[in-house]
Amino acid sequence: MTSPLQQKIKVTGPVVVTANRLADGAVVWRTAAGTWSTALADAAVVTTAPDALALLEGAHERDTDAVGPYIAPVVKGADGRIEPGNRRERIRVEGPTFALPSDTPPTDPLPA
Amino acid sequence: MYVYDEFDRSFLAERVAEFRDQVERRLSGALSEDEFKPLRLMNGVYLQLHAYMLRVAIPYGTLSGAQMRKLAHVARTYDKGYGHFTTRQNIQFNWIKLEDLPAAMAALAEVGVHGIQTSGNCIRNVTTDQWAGATPEEVDDPRLWAEILRQYSTAHPEFSYLPRKFKIAITAADHDRAAVKVHDVGLRLHRNAQGEMGFEVLVGGGLGRTPFIGKKIRDFLPAEHLLSYVEAIMRVYNRFGRRDNIYKARIKILVHEIGAEAFSAEVEKEWEAIREGALHLDAPVVEDIRSRFITPDFAQLPDHPAELTGALENPAFATWHRNSVHAHKVPGYSIVTISLKAVGAPPGDATGEQMEVVADLADTYGFGEIRVGHEQNLCLPNIAQKDLPELWRRLEAIGLATPNVNLVNDIIACPGLDYCALANARAIPVAQEIAKRFADLDRARGVGRLHINISGCINACGHHHVGHIGILGVDKAGEEFYQITIGGRADEHAQLGTLLGPAVPYDQVPGLIEDIVDAYMELRASPRELFVDTVARLGVEPFKERVYAAH
Repeated sequence: MTSPLQQKIKVTGPVVVTANRLADGAVVWRTAAGTWSTALADAAVVTTAPDALALLEGAHERDTDAVGPYIAPVVKGADGRIEPGNRRERIRVEGPTFALPSDTPPTDPLPA
Repeated sequence: MYVYDEFDRSFLAERVAEFRDQVERRLSGALSEDEFKPLRLMNGVYLQLHAYMLRVAIPYGTLSGAQMRKLAHVARTYDKGYGHFTTRQNIQFNWIKLEDLPAAMAALAEVGVHGIQTSGNCIRNVTTDQWAGATPEEVDDPRLWAEILRQYSTAHPEFSYLPRKFKIAITAADHDRAAVKVHDVGLRLHRNAQGEMGFEVLVGGGLGRTPFIGKKIRDFLPAEHLLSYVEAIMRVYNRFGRRDNIYKARIKILVHEIGAEAFSAEVEKEWEAIREGALHLDAPVVEDIRSRFITPDFAQLPDHPAELTGALENPAFATWHRNSVHAHKVPGYSIVTISLKAVGAPPGDATGEQMEVVADLADTYGFGEIRVGHEQNLCLPNIAQKDLPELWRRLEAIGLATPNVNLVNDIIACPGLDYCALANARAIPVAQEIAKRFADLDRARGVGRLHINISGCINACGHHHVGHIGILGVDKAGEEFYQITIGGRADEHAQLGTLLGPAVPYDQVPGLIEDIVDAYMELRASPRELFVDTVARLGVEPFKERVYAAH
């Protein structure tokens, strides 16, 4: 499989670099300071392929912090906040789109 | 239940210690991710969207009460309080931390449970009929043969780096609850005209990107030759299977490309060389393994005891009994299916609390035995009929007595885009919404047996190809769309569904499924004609006309 660093990068809008934290798998984003944050708001947002590649290369330098970094689209909301650019990334930010079994009491409301 | 011996216990303890060391080395940086990934996969550890996922093997779908209790412990201690039972009779924990995995695995190993053979290009956890050992339909207990295959295949050096993963399923009943025709190798245990026991052997079945129904390569393989014949199949696959293209690496592609006849000829040639060798299953070896299964000490009880007949006057209990209780081979006993499909709940999920209650019920009423079916429901295979009313009461109290087994809202669904890194579209919320449309179980019962299967991508973990109604999520320009097939089935008459028409967006799926069901209600010859039989009789066109006219 081709390394993400060797793949041709297409950037058509704002993007970030995201990965999963090694120790617990939590979703993390690459910051401008070269660290990882669990808040999308902290992510470095770039808009060109060279900048995205540089961000990705930095993310690959140490693989004891985060696993499987890749470039993901984002959009800027009306209030200027960064938001996920597609459904997959939104689910990574917000979690599953339904109540988890542990969130709800295990009762069956149905009549037999 | 099968009782593991000292070899199994030592093996698991060593494996946990080895994995603990591997995790420590990964966290310290001594191992790179490229080095670590194949090691974690060999222990059932994946990295999904939000977290690591641990897939735990449930050999041939059989659990003890103690094992289920330990799964509950892992769910509560290391995860978010629940687990997801899968279409391969396993369980997955979706939120587990890498740093916690060694401790979780050590806890599981205490009861002989692990994640070995749940990932990677090896012979995966062998699956079978969840009614094994209890149904009057079977010629022998298929778990015995699954256990023999487990012992043979676990960490087998020759088959740990196959071209691709390899799945074996066994049934010993004419009515196939193990979907053997859509496995790499499907085995149907039966007796020949002389009364001898042996296997019908199918190869090259499978779903995913390129679905095939398995091809029969042998009508009757004497049971004593099971291992040598499977080894011959594996060797032919290992030798000729493609390793250059992951999409063409499964045995089904090999069998399709060279033909079942040529494949069979290669297997027979290989088998002739090894059939009387070390893999021949001598009777004492088989009986020794059989003796390690603890057979329940069934009491002599009458069928239809007064406790049961009295309770059947309660309509709610009677409804559940009709739907979820099945005939047992021993008088006075029943098989009970526990629906994990409470309407509106994620299919196949169970909370730690629910797991503990099921474990307690199994220990109290069911000789400590629990089964997992590929339909993502649980089963208590050995329940005295006199205990059914109390069992039902306790199941109902914990939300596990929904009487919808095999009905339209007993939906099989993969984790989909809500969890899975491979998925293109969500599956669970689609299942939840469809289930709610049929929340009136009188209506669902009026529809009758109808299996809906949903997959969030072409890898088909939700087995959509063999759903009576199959739903496949695809990505179209960033939007979730769903292709609908009808007429598939996973049983002894297994066949792939036929595409109904163009894919529809997420919001339209529940309505479209309702329209399909409404069309069936109009088109069926009688209330006794099942959905899948109406489709077989009429084809898809009448459904297509009615459904797409409305969308």
